[in-house]
Amino acid sequence: MTVRIVDRRFDSKHKSSINRSRFIKRFKGQIRKAVADAIGQRGVRDLDNGERVGIPGEDIEEPQFGHGRGGSWQTVRPGNDRFSSGDQIERPEGGAAGRGAGLASRDGEGLDDFVFTLTRDEFLDVFFDELALPNMVKRHLARIDQYRRTRAGYTQSGVPTNLNLSRTMRGAAGRRIAIGAPYATKLRALEAELRSLLLQETTHPAPESPGESDHVVGLRREIARLRARMEAVPFVDTFDLRYNNRIRLPQPSTQAVMFCLLDVSGSMDEGRKSIAKRFFMLLYLFLTRNYERTEVVFIRHHTVAFEVPEDDFFSSRETGGTVVSSALELMHRIISQRYPSSLWNIYGAQASDGDNWNDDSPLCRKILEDSLLPLTQYFAYIEITDGPPQNLWYEYEKVQTAQAGHFAMQRIADITDIYPVFRELFKKRATGTA
Amino acid sequence: MTLPSMQALPSGSEWTVDAIERYDEAIRSVAQEYGLDCYPHLLEIISSEQMMDAYASVGMPVYYSHWSFGKHFLSTEGRYKRGQMGLAYEIVINSNPCIAYLMEENTLPMQALVIAHAAYGHNSFFKGNHLFKQWTSADAIIDYLVFARSYIAQCEERHGVSAVERTLDACHALINVGVDRYKRTAKLSLSRETERQQARAEYLQSQVNDLWRTLPPQLERPQEKIATRFPAEPEENLLYFIEKNAPLLEPWQREVVRVVRKIGQYFYPQRQTQVMNEGWATFWHYTLLNTLYDRGGVSDGFMLEFLQSHTNVVYQPPYNSRHYSGVNPYALGFAMWRDIRRICEEPTAEDREWFPQIAGSNWRDTFDFAMQNYKDESFIVQYLSPRLMRDFRFFSVLDDDTRKKLRIESIHDESGYRALRHQLSEQYDLGRREPNIQVWNVDLRGDRSLTLRHYSHQRRPLDASCESVLEHVAYLWGFSVRLERQNADGSVELVKEQKHEKRGHPPRHAT
Repeated sequence: MTVRIVDRRFDSKHKSSINRSRFIKRFKGQIRKAVADAIGQRGVRDLDNGERVGIPGEDIEEPQFGHGRGGSWQTVRPGNDRFSSGDQIERPEGGAAGRGAGLASRDGEGLDDFVFTLTRDEFLDVFFDELALPNMVKRHLARIDQYRRTRAGYTQSGVPTNLNLSRTMRGAAGRRIAIGAPYATKLRALEAELRSLLLQETTHPAPESPGESDHVVGLRREIARLRARMEAVPFVDTFDLRYNNRIRLPQPSTQAVMFCLLDVSGSMDEGRKSIAKRFFMLLYLFLTRNYERTEVVFIRHHTVAFEVPEDDFFSSRETGGTVVSSALELMHRIISQRYPSSLWNIYGAQASDGDNWNDDSPLCRKILEDSLLPLTQYFAYIEITDGPPQNLWYEYEKVQTAQAGHFAMQRIADITDIYPVFRELFKKRATGTA
Repeated sequence: MTLPSMQALPSGSEWTVDAIERYDEAIRSVAQEYGLDCYPHLLEIISSEQMMDAYASVGMPVYYSHWSFGKHFLSTEGRYKRGQMGLAYEIVINSNPCIAYLMEENTLPMQALVIAHAAYGHNSFFKGNHLFKQWTSADAIIDYLVFARSYIAQCEERHGVSAVERTLDACHALINVGVDRYKRTAKLSLSRETERQQARAEYLQSQVNDLWRTLPPQLERPQEKIATRFPAEPEENLLYFIEKNAPLLEPWQREVVRVVRKIGQYFYPQRQTQVMNEGWATFWHYTLLNTLYDRGGVSDGFMLEFLQSHTNVVYQPPYNSRHYSGVNPYALGFAMWRDIRRICEEPTAEDREWFPQIAGSNWRDTFDFAMQNYKDESFIVQYLSPRLMRDFRFFSVLDDDTRKKLRIESIHDESGYRALRHQLSEQYDLGRREPNIQVWNVDLRGDRSLTLRHYSHQRRPLDASCESVLEHVAYLWGFSVRLERQNADGSVELVKEQKHEKRGHPPRHAT
């Protein structure tokens, strides 16, 4: 007899995944909070990892009856190196207060944060739970460039090559049974009657007539008539024909470009820039969730605007005034040069402290309304300030009224506002009410 | 033992299925010479991720779904990936055939060690020990788990995941007080279980309703009724009591309680025989592999690797070490079994005085007798020798919260042996290690509240989590639950009362 060895290594993996997802679902509140904290420590495009998150240990404890401290405990321990019986010793210092070690560890268990690693997908799922890209579907349909043929059930008309045999025959069989059923019932009854009659006649043959009685003959005729009618039910009717249906589906573009516009004039200090950075990061994360490919263009501006690599984007600070329109113009130029809006989903995110050269603000509104918004999917403006709004804000408010659902703006005073504001900008809107 | 030389077994660290087969063959023939009686076994090769899966579901290949298993998986995975823990080399399932998992990362000598340890050591213990024989049905456990999983999945479909989860949470909180400690349970069987489940559900519901019948009022003899308690005798198995008597549980919830209770009962012997069982398996892998070595079957390199992990397993850090976390059951168990063999084969005068019945006897017979008829607590009190206490340098410390200082009660000397042995054995008595909580009374005529009583041992109180456990009890019971403590002097005090909100339909989510 040889032993049975089963190689299970290639069995289905992730047997625990259902338990894992239940765990995440159950503690979604705590996990979401931990995830929001964790995001602060990431780079804009640092997404390829899961995230280690910790949630409070007591929340996920599974309680059991157990002993607490107090009372009298006698424990046996190994490794005596100095004691003889009757010795009195001080309680050792530290939390355990001389409790048996087995107990100390039990007491201490589960009170620390429970730390675990979310996979990248779980992390992003939690993070963008309940968020949606505004108007995504509508905007996609408005600019359909590619189509894809896909199956969409069956139709009753079509070309013979598309005939679906099994569907057709299934329908035909059903119809035959349904239409033939009343005849079949009658037929069974008549046949039973005929059998019993024949049986009767063979056991008690009627003396007066040597052949079959009229009744039997009548029955036979009726049975033959029913048979004929059943056979007349067509095997395949045109009614049964089913054809594979294929439809053309618009193929939405699966690439997106995101423009980060950042004011780096003297009034934007490090704190404000870091708020802006978080915001851009969120947007980037969010877009990569929805598009196969996402590019980012960084534009910084004071009185003039430059496209810069990410490293420079947040680092240095310039002095001087602010001309916001310079950045918008640069964005428009880059779009027309590199990102044709027929192929790219374009998102704009602008962060500023709201300072602008007064005469420039109406110009900004004009650029946005006339050239940028028609090209972009969505444009979000955040103003990082705790002061009163300035003229740029008022001009943008006009844009928002005119282009609701397509342009959004929010004010952020504190780093803690970012996530709520982001959620506000991108929250799923009930269909039809937005 | 004679030393017939044998053909050398495959060497090197890479394992192949063929090599594993040859090792199993060799180990089996040696095990048979020693007379080990085992279930047939099945070796399953799994990846480390599957090992973590198995961890999460307490080693069982099939289990129902619950978030807590997900939690265990995540924490195991986290610690494993950060290198804070290695995975156990083996998991073995007390079933017939006995299933032993071999992890693919293990080297060939480790696989041989696992086979000897799990597939022959643990396996024979499962088959022989009276607790396992009495309390678990190795033939039926997998079937039962399949039944449990599909039943719970069915409930989730019908009653919603959250309702089932709530019930399971509550049951899990009581799993340790949901075992029969003295009564023997009926054998499990999948077909019978499925068949009878429906009938039981209906019958139980009718019984329960009868219990709570308020009409007709029996006004003529109220005094007498109040004096009697229900249950008449305290009931130690909380889950059993709830399953049979909780007035408001739905039939499916009763069945869920039963499922958790049955599985808890299955694990109960394991918790009672840790030292014996692990020691036994360790003794046998040590003995079997050494026998192979003596016969020239395995190389020096093999033995070095094997001994290295073996000594890691049986290391006992002293009380003042940073690594100390209680007495290592592998170390104690292994040392005790070795010691018993020594007493049988080369008894000293001291052994003859302490163990007259086994000194000089046939060690295999003595082994089987001890393995079959004891559990940790009784095994230690019966077989822990003075010599071992000296080797381990055991001492016992009294920590009494009414005294200012700790007191060393006894140490490994002539006057201390018996007390020490007794003390150590108590440490393995589940009845003392875990709080003794029993169902004391149900206020049948009044508010239907349930009273639990904690029989306090050595004035030890319950810890803080008892409040959350009581919430779970109140959820299952459906009415208020009280927890009392009975002290050594017989006085009774109320520890905590958990009111239960009137249970209606679960609130629908407002839209």
